[in-house]
Amino acid sequence: MKPDIAISLEHIDIIYRARTHAVGDARDSGPARAGDYHAVSQATLSVQAGEFVSIVGPTGCGKSTLLNAASGLLQPSNGDVSIFGATLTGLNAQAGYLFQQDALMPWKTALENVAIGLEVAGIDTVTARDKAEHWLAQVGLQGFGARYPHQMSGGQRKRVGLAQVLIRNPAILLMDEPFGPLDAQTRQIMGNLLLTLWAQERKAVLFVTHDLEEAIALSDRVVIMSSGPKSTIIGDYRIDLARPRDAMDVRLDPGFHAIHRAIWDQLRGEVMKAYQGVSA
Amino acid sequence: MSVSKRTLLALQILVAVVALGIWHIGSSVPIFGVYFLPKFFFSTPWDVAARIVKLFSGTLIWKHLGITLTETLLAFVIGAGGGVLVGFWFARRPLVNAVFDPYVKMANALPRVVLAPIFMLWLGLGIWSKVALGVTLVFFIVFFNVYQGVKEVSQTVLSNARMLGMTEQQQFRHVYWPSALSWMFSSLHTSVGFALVGAVVGEYLGSAAGLGYMIHEAEGVFDTTGVFAGMVILAAFVLIVDAIVTAIENRLLVWRPDAAGRNA
Repeated sequence: MKPDIAISLEHIDIIYRARTHAVGDARDSGPARAGDYHAVSQATLSVQAGEFVSIVGPTGCGKSTLLNAASGLLQPSNGDVSIFGATLTGLNAQAGYLFQQDALMPWKTALENVAIGLEVAGIDTVTARDKAEHWLAQVGLQGFGARYPHQMSGGQRKRVGLAQVLIRNPAILLMDEPFGPLDAQTRQIMGNLLLTLWAQERKAVLFVTHDLEEAIALSDRVVIMSSGPKSTIIGDYRIDLARPRDAMDVRLDPGFHAIHRAIWDQLRGEVMKAYQGVSA
Repeated sequence: MSVSKRTLLALQILVAVVALGIWHIGSSVPIFGVYFLPKFFFSTPWDVAARIVKLFSGTLIWKHLGITLTETLLAFVIGAGGGVLVGFWFARRPLVNAVFDPYVKMANALPRVVLAPIFMLWLGLGIWSKVALGVTLVFFIVFFNVYQGVKEVSQTVLSNARMLGMTEQQQFRHVYWPSALSWMFSSLHTSVGFALVGAVVGEYLGSAAGLGYMIHEAEGVFDTTGVFAGMVILAAFVLIVDAIVTAIENRLLVWRPDAAGRNA
């Protein structure tokens, strides 16, 4: 294992035991029981330092589960997770995690939410707040520091979330359909913001989405997962579109269409399988 | 339902005027030679008003109010403090909760008034037996709310806190505590109200001071005017306490969408 591989997931199995579905309880010894759900089977994936990788797959295919394994929030039932060459035990301290749902503390202002990651690390409040101001400006929210989450739009809350994660300067960024709840235009604007920030300090990014266009527009590599149960990685595509990219304009590029067609041919089968599985 | 504040206030005053009018007529104007609300049982609005004015021109009423207020505050502070501590403990230790669950339900189902004589036996006729009665009422309200508040912390917010590098202690301070507090404050009106109920009922059942004692004493000599005056003072006292609680609530829960909406 080379230390320039930021995330390495090897032969990951994730089985939810029938008894408990709580996050973090997937590793449970004993024989398989009826009702166990074998979510992910033998998934192997690695992300280089500074690489932007997206995982795309049909609904319920275990994309987020795999991401949780990389974050340490969930321990896989089998397989190894290593971060920069070291086996991961407990939480992944080198990773920042952007959640799909609202994850800001509603009782803290935007500024307090951004500063908290530094404050809990022992940095004094004044310095932490100064840095938080800087990061709020970076995500385009200068002057919004005193607002509470409920006083902001969904897009603004996502921006605060991004600043909250980035202020800690993690080497790895894990993103679980972060722009899922936003409208189409806001998603593209957020995509561009993410690309701009990512270009400044290239972090390894593992980005989960169900939107193939978004994945292609942002990533260096797009990984396809099969539909669940026992979903695994069935495709790995390099995206050779020039950088810097504009997340909106790149969609008009002929190269984009060629890649999109190639990936969609494979993905469509999985989406239909998942759809039939649901409607059956 | 768009009624202007002024109209609403006018309507509210109208209700009071009508009620007082009926009371006044029933108690002082004979209809077909009969008083529908005999003075002996219902007193009259003027007598009650005059009594209240007389009471407040003396100093004794302030002493009674002070005692009742002290009892209410002590009952609230001790009951809420205990409720917060035990609520946290139970929510974080499922085993403790499972073991004590039937006893908590039992204790909560008990009508607290039956405890009043026991508290008087244990703690005497002074303020502490009333405080104890209020505590038993406040404790359970706060306890259940804090327990719920800790249990219902958003898993996403908690996972986020962990990924941001918070230790157990920091999660307690930045996530569990604010969540539990918000639940506690949402029950603030109820719990302060119950603290007052505990104090007044305790005084009523046996004491030498306080609003409950005042009312009880008047009742003992069939002084209906005194009883009604005591009730009016008690009601006004509750309104003032409630207004203070609302002000505190709006200040502390400014981050909550509904609290902000009320301000706007």
